[in-house]
Amino acid sequence: MKITVRIWRQAGPQEQGALVAYDLDEVSPDMSFLEMLDVLNERLILGGQEPVAFDHDCREGICGACSTVINGRPHGPEQTTTCQLHMRSFSDGDVIDVEPWRSRAFPVIKDLVVDRAALDRIVQAGGYITAPTGTAPDAHATPVPKPAADTAFENATCIGCGACVAACPNGSAMLFTSAKAAHLNALPQGQPERESRVLNMVAAMDAEGFGGCTNTGECVGSCPKGIPFQSIVDLNRDFLRAARRR
Amino acid sequence: MAIDIRVRPAELTAVQTVWRSTIGKKAVMAVTGLLMVAFLLAHMLGNLKIFFGPHDFDGYAAWLRTIGEPVLHGAWFLWILRAVLLVALVAHVTCAVQLSRRDRAARPTRYAHGQRARASFATRTMRWGGVALGLFLIWHILDLTVGVANPDFDKNGPYHNVVADFQVWWINLIYVVGVLMVGLHVNHGFWSAAQTLGLRRRRGRDLTLRVVGSALAAAITLGFLAVPIGVMTGLVR
Ligand code: HEM
Ligand code: SF4
Ligand code: FES
Repeated sequence: MKITVRIWRQAGPQEQGALVAYDLDEVSPDMSFLEMLDVLNERLILGGQEPVAFDHDCREGICGACSTVINGRPHGPEQTTTCQLHMRSFSDGDVIDVEPWRSRAFPVIKDLVVDRAALDRIVQAGGYITAPTGTAPDAHATPVPKPAADTAFENATCIGCGACVAACPNGSAMLFTSAKAAHLNALPQGQPERESRVLNMVAAMDAEGFGGCTNTGECVGSCPKGIPFQSIVDLNRDFLRAARRR
Repeated sequence: MAIDIRVRPAELTAVQTVWRSTIGKKAVMAVTGLLMVAFLLAHMLGNLKIFFGPHDFDGYAAWLRTIGEPVLHGAWFLWILRAVLLVALVAHVTCAVQLSRRDRAARPTRYAHGQRARASFATRTMRWGGVALGLFLIWHILDLTVGVANPDFDKNGPYHNVVADFQVWWINLIYVVGVLMVGLHVNHGFWSAAQTLGLRRRRGRDLTLRVVGSALAAAITLGFLAVPIGVMTGLVR
């Protein structure tokens, strides 16, 4: 395959950036999107040029590090992670635009790499349970109803990639925050801190400068893990109930 | 079992918690919006009295001024209703403006490629449609309540004022467009408010909420449109 990638190049946080076009001649349809960038980077390095900076780690869709907006969609045309996207999703001769996540709360560090620490601070505000650690408890020590376990697991699959924020026209982190809250709020172990968790996480989310949710649903369409919109509805309900009880 | 030992950042009251958060402000929009939808439904049904002739319609308008008597003095109910609606509208618009400004600031850079729009037309027009709705509301009050924008205003003849209005083509146009904007806003608004207030407990209910919202929007739109169409076709004269 021959393709042209137009990649956002920005030397540093304060520098001006721009899309730069690169032609690639021998792209295999079986390459992942990141492998295609690797090939480009090898060429750039051999030519004495600065390689494209991009985030990646596991390359198997479980860590949430990879983060590029491809042709206007976070993680590209398939509902998966950038590392699990393959070049067979594109056609010979395509021009592909590659940009970083865009959100005030995610400043660009370099090229396609953005700072997503804001999501970590939301989790630090309540995305945990305050339990004494020690040896693992017996599996049946706290019975968990099956539907609650399913909801918790479904939401726990959120890898914190931030595609939801990148997709949202308001740069809102509601899908991420709601997944993190729903995961623990569904479980018996999460109940004692349910209200403070929701109030603190929402306060942290707002303090980071994310926008508000307008129930547009763009996030759901770009989430590689299929976190459902229902989690946002549940966060709204939990938040309003917790606020009433103050 | 775990205990909550976290020190909360600040001990806020319930009202402060709601007002300072994006979710809380959205909930204020949802409650005030639904209140206005309820009023619109009643208003629309009342308007349909016009098809029973001037006696019934003007009688109905006069009766509105007597609601609550003898406990309430003449037209007090109407003034209370107006005050409640005004507070609701001001709260709704204040939150809309504050949240919209915040939302825009949160996404300062657009994607060079542009994004596909997944959201429906109704969803994408909530902001500017809402502003158009606000302008229409002001015009509507100046026209049929205050009377300064009416072609031939008679303080005691609401039937006459309505008929006078819809003889003029551009007034018809303003009303038809205005009412369609209302319908569009309510179509997304009702469903959206249900999500904001967390009223959907199971995923399956989503379709029901959309259908109810759209049916409500359609009923309100058609009911309001019936009046200018009635005058235009000569059914009401
Ligand atoms: C003065 C004009 C108005 C403006 C500027 C305005 C603006 C808005 C905006 C920006 C939204 C949020 C949309 C979103 O988040 O997607 C909204 C929601 C809503 N509006 Fe209005 N609006 C106005 C008048 C009205 C009126 C007259 C009604 C009553 C029929 C109404 C009912 C609603 C409802 C029910 C919602 C949904 C609230 C939610 O999403 O939780 N609005 N409005
Ligand atoms: S909710 Fe989905 S899109 Fe958002 S951070 Fe989690 S996995 Fe990524
Ligand atoms: S690199 Fe880990 S999810 Fe893509």
